[in-house]
Amino acid sequence: MKPLFKGGLTAIAILSAFAVHADEEADLIINEEIEMTVRTDAPAHVENLSTIYSGWVFRSTETQALQMDDFENPGMIFVDDAIAAWNTAEGTEGQSCAACHGAPEEMAGVRAVYPKWNDEAEEVRTIAMQVNGCRTEQMGAEEWKYDGNEMLNMEALLASVSRGIPVNVAIDGPVQAMWEKGRDLYYTRFGQLDLSCANCHEDNYGNNIRADHLSQGQINAFPTYRLKNAKLNGVQSRFRGCIRDTRAETYAVGSEEFIALELYVASRGNGLSVEGPSVRN
Amino acid sequence: MKRILSTGVAIAIATVGFAEGMTPDDVVYSEYGEVEASLSGQPGDAAAGLEIMVSRGKGNCIACHQVTALEEYPFHGEVGPSLDGVGEYRTAAELRGIIANAKMTYDGTIMPAFYRTSGFTRPGNAFTGKAAEGELSPLLTAQEIEDVVAYLLTLKD
Ligand code: HEC
Ligand code: HEC
Repeated sequence: MKPLFKGGLTAIAILSAFAVHADEEADLIINEEIEMTVRTDAPAHVENLSTIYSGWVFRSTETQALQMDDFENPGMIFVDDAIAAWNTAEGTEGQSCAACHGAPEEMAGVRAVYPKWNDEAEEVRTIAMQVNGCRTEQMGAEEWKYDGNEMLNMEALLASVSRGIPVNVAIDGPVQAMWEKGRDLYYTRFGQLDLSCANCHEDNYGNNIRADHLSQGQINAFPTYRLKNAKLNGVQSRFRGCIRDTRAETYAVGSEEFIALELYVASRGNGLSVEGPSVRN
Repeated sequence: MKRILSTGVAIAIATVGFAEGMTPDDVVYSEYGEVEASLSGQPGDAAAGLEIMVSRGKGNCIACHQVTALEEYPFHGEVGPSLDGVGEYRTAAELRGIIANAKMTYDGTIMPAFYRTSGFTRPGNAFTGKAAEGELSPLLTAQEIEDVVAYLLTLKD
């Protein structure tokens, strides 16, 4: 019995080894139409990388394929939900997103520059914070939960209309202090496993860690539809998961630390295409 | 009867005393990161060491290391070097030091320290994401490390 069981495991291991194999040379064209930049020269401020890669590059051929056609991409279902929300008037002002912004396509390019400085609020805003800013300040509506379903759906819609546009997040001027804070966090070794983001995503991208094929941990493709939990996942929830996995006390989603880290990590992807909603495992 | 009892107590005290002497903070590393003395004072069990190497909740060493002798256990990582033949070219003291705290051998290494409980940034309560409560436990016990050392010493070419 025991040897048979072990033989079974080996067989599974061999099968999955083929399944997890990534085509790191593949190019991404969505709907045979939108050409995505999934690899390009690293921006000058990313000192330890020469080339940056989208996480798509490191996924299996099967997972890669799901993102090449909107009818196959489960994340696109949530974009449809968000279009309905976009056109729905809410709050004391009786306004919808569409009332101020027109069609969602009018927002092409917006996703690419977030997080960014907001002059009136004098703060760095993630796109989620800006959506909530519109809801409370313009619509008189309730905030959506950070990384909650409604917010992630809307983020998926805003990303989808920017697909193919290069990420271009500003790192200087009023955001510089937050950017530096984010960079410090990126290189901090957290938890009892004493690991930084850089240990896994800068020093070891392309390597397997147990069954996981490590990417550069880029966020150009968020929100991501993960096959593992069959839903859209937000950037900061992903940060939370990665820090938790170092046996550390994490920061909260929406915290100052994670806003800084999001700004910094976004800037590491300057030049990659906006890709959300993407498909990951 | 009385004599036997008191001998028993003496041994018990001696064992506790020895165990206390080998808390993570007390381990003595050589200049090159070796640890000469057994952490538990007991010999290691290679078969138990194998289980620790492959189990995710324990050493999970194959998360980062490839080991041909452990091929039947999926999946092996590529973050660290292959451990094939490591029992040939490494001594028990070197292996013990690398597992207890690899940073004493390799400055700044990614390999976690398995017998260390202080000096961390925001240590958590295992994988809950919450802050650790009270004193941390090492990732492996003294005896588990001895078991892994015993297993690694079987990896000869
Ligand atoms: C112990 C290793 C490890 C550490 C440390 C780590 N991660 Fe990850 N991370 C992973 C793994 C494994 C995955 C899933 C495979 C992949 O996409 O790389 C992942 C995925 C990600 C993703 C999703 C990428 C995508 O394309 O979907 C992001 C973003 C990310 N990590 C950011 C971070 C940040 C920021 C930190 C530090 C706060 C961090 N990670 C620390 C292991 C780690
Ligand atoms: C997160 C990754 C990681 C984990 C987990 C890990 N190691 Fe390592 N290990 C490394 C790396 C990387 C090195 C090489 C040292 C360096 O260059 O930083 C190493 C080196 C070693 C060496 C020295 C190899 C040689 O060629 O002399 C031994 C022995 C070793 N590890 C054993 C273990 C054991 C046993 C475990 C589990 C109890 C373990 N490792 C867990 C990453 C890891």
